[in-house]
Amino acid sequence: MKKFTKLTSAVVPLNIENIDTDQIIPARFLKATTREGFGENLFRDWRYNGDNTPKPEFVMNNPTYSGQILVAGKNFGCGSSREHAAWAIQDAGFDAVISSFFADIFKGNALNNGLLPIQVSDAFLAQIFKAVDNNPKSALEVDLEKQTVTIVETGAQESFEINPYKKSCLINGYDDIDFILNQKQLIEEFEQAR
Amino acid sequence: MSKTLVEKIWDAHVVKSEEGFPDILYIDTHLIHEVTSPQAFDGLRKRGLPVFRPKQTVATADHNVPTLNQLLPIKEELSRYQVDMLTKNCAEFGIELYGLGHPFQGIVHVIGPELGITLPGKTMVCGDSHTSTHGAFGAIAFGIGTSQVEQVFATQCLLQSKPKTMKIEVNGELGKGVGAKDIILYIIAKISAAGGTGYFIEYAGSAIESLSMEARMTICNMSIEMGARGGLIAPDQTTFDYIKGREFAPAGEEWDKALAYWKTLYSDADAKFDSVLTFNAADIAPMITYGTNPGMGMGIQEHIPATTAQPETEKVSYKKALDYMGFDDDSSLIGKPVDYVFIGSCTNSRIEDLREVASFVKDKRKADNVTVWIVPGSKQVEQQAKNEGLDKIFEAAGFQLREPGCSACLGMNEDKIPAGKYCVSTSNRNFEGRQGQNARTLLASPLTAAAAAVTGKITDVREMLEKVEG
Repeated sequence: MKKFTKLTSAVVPLNIENIDTDQIIPARFLKATTREGFGENLFRDWRYNGDNTPKPEFVMNNPTYSGQILVAGKNFGCGSSREHAAWAIQDAGFDAVISSFFADIFKGNALNNGLLPIQVSDAFLAQIFKAVDNNPKSALEVDLEKQTVTIVETGAQESFEINPYKKSCLINGYDDIDFILNQKQLIEEFEQAR
Repeated sequence: MSKTLVEKIWDAHVVKSEEGFPDILYIDTHLIHEVTSPQAFDGLRKRGLPVFRPKQTVATADHNVPTLNQLLPIKEELSRYQVDMLTKNCAEFGIELYGLGHPFQGIVHVIGPELGITLPGKTMVCGDSHTSTHGAFGAIAFGIGTSQVEQVFATQCLLQSKPKTMKIEVNGELGKGVGAKDIILYIIAKISAAGGTGYFIEYAGSAIESLSMEARMTICNMSIEMGARGGLIAPDQTTFDYIKGREFAPAGEEWDKALAYWKTLYSDADAKFDSVLTFNAADIAPMITYGTNPGMGMGIQEHIPATTAQPETEKVSYKKALDYMGFDDDSSLIGKPVDYVFIGSCTNSRIEDLREVASFVKDKRKADNVTVWIVPGSKQVEQQAKNEGLDKIFEAAGFQLREPGCSACLGMNEDKIPAGKYCVSTSNRNFEGRQGQNARTLLASPLTAAAAAVTGKITDVREMLEKVEG
């Protein structure tokens, strides 16, 4: 799994609430049987017209905005369990997603792929959007070790929560399967004791 | 110590619990389908691992299958490849597959219960968020991502933090024309599409206890639409009667042993929930959604809430949703013409749903402006409908009875609603583009969907029921 420690980057702001996984990656693009290539269809129907021409008003088609951090409104990733949503975001070049609330399954999927979901307060999220409004190149600094996110320009900082186990997975680049495989004997004992 | 039902089942499945780590939770049954499994099988190959407990895994093809001419080769190349890949993977890893053409094939959350695979007290997972459906039997059942599918393949376990618990009580009697779908749409409208996030929900109360298993499945199915990982209902005589005699249900001595255990599966009287909500069944009207998340629902006679009444931070998203739907603030949906009616999905495609629709449309005909698709949840539901002559009723009404699959619920196959068209759908999600690019979905019960099919517009089904009786 991809490691994550520190990241300083400008952001792509998407100030919409309840962005569901069907917007992130519509079902018609779930036919692939590998994990790669979903990035080109990320936010497909917001990003492109029916004839595949880009919609200029969508933030990802605006060259003013770029970066490895996606910032979105609350309840990001609600809906389906499709891990393709996390794969698509990562494949499009993002390493972290910031929102004031994440849907459970999306959050787990992101963590299992080394894509860091950062939950901040509503007030701090509003500060980030404001900073980007004032200066589209405004950068954020994410420090996983310290569990902080900082608006570089203003110095405003907030800390975020992450399960200590998942944190060490991200920092070291190992995944749940590596962890559970080491417990196989316990699992077999559990089965026999039932 | 007193425990909630969730805690009882959870604790019975913990292989290891250690401070600072998620629990290692043993999974009894793993259901898989063609869309979220191929990358997990690939992962096993890369690690050189077998499926640890293949006999505890059951596969079917449902998400990406055609609902017409299922016995012919799938026309679309990518879809055919994906379904073929499931067949190959199941053969290679020794997993039982109920694929196209098999009498047990169907939507994964319909076949589990009807085959007696879904049982009280089990832990069950599937790479699909509507796995919460199986909670209707008093099981811990939840949706997982593909990395977790791989985890369960490799170890029959998942690393999971114990969820918080919420009790939702619905008491009293439901009004005429109001059913399980209305109950759950009402609850979601009350607590929002994120109101259950982080929780496992136990549904209780006299209105829930009086429901059939099919109706309980409809309720638990949509737990995820308020963000809850799962929802469950304590098993009772209704549950036991439903299970007894099913294909893979325990029998003989095994049955007696299982039943004795199942009867211990309830929340203790003084068990503590992290949150408790109570609703009155009599307050619930037939529900319909007007927006682009399942929390945007209202009683069918109500008016769409005004954008100005929304919290400041939500106004933009709210307006965007109404614009997408082509609806105005403060407007009523009654009388609004519809183009499609879809009766199907893991929420409402069981035999009871089809019977309810058939009994309503008998001797009626669909309106000319509406296309009506009925997609049964499984081959067994389809066969049962035919045995009961429901197919003839649907045919006479101009409803098209198709073959089993997820179909227009997610529009992954060719069953798509065209851009700009309105579809009254018994499915579970009204997200933008869910049923097809720019399609507009209004979620409702099978009865409300059937009423729209007959009148060609949004209709309060209670008025039609009164006419029949009057």
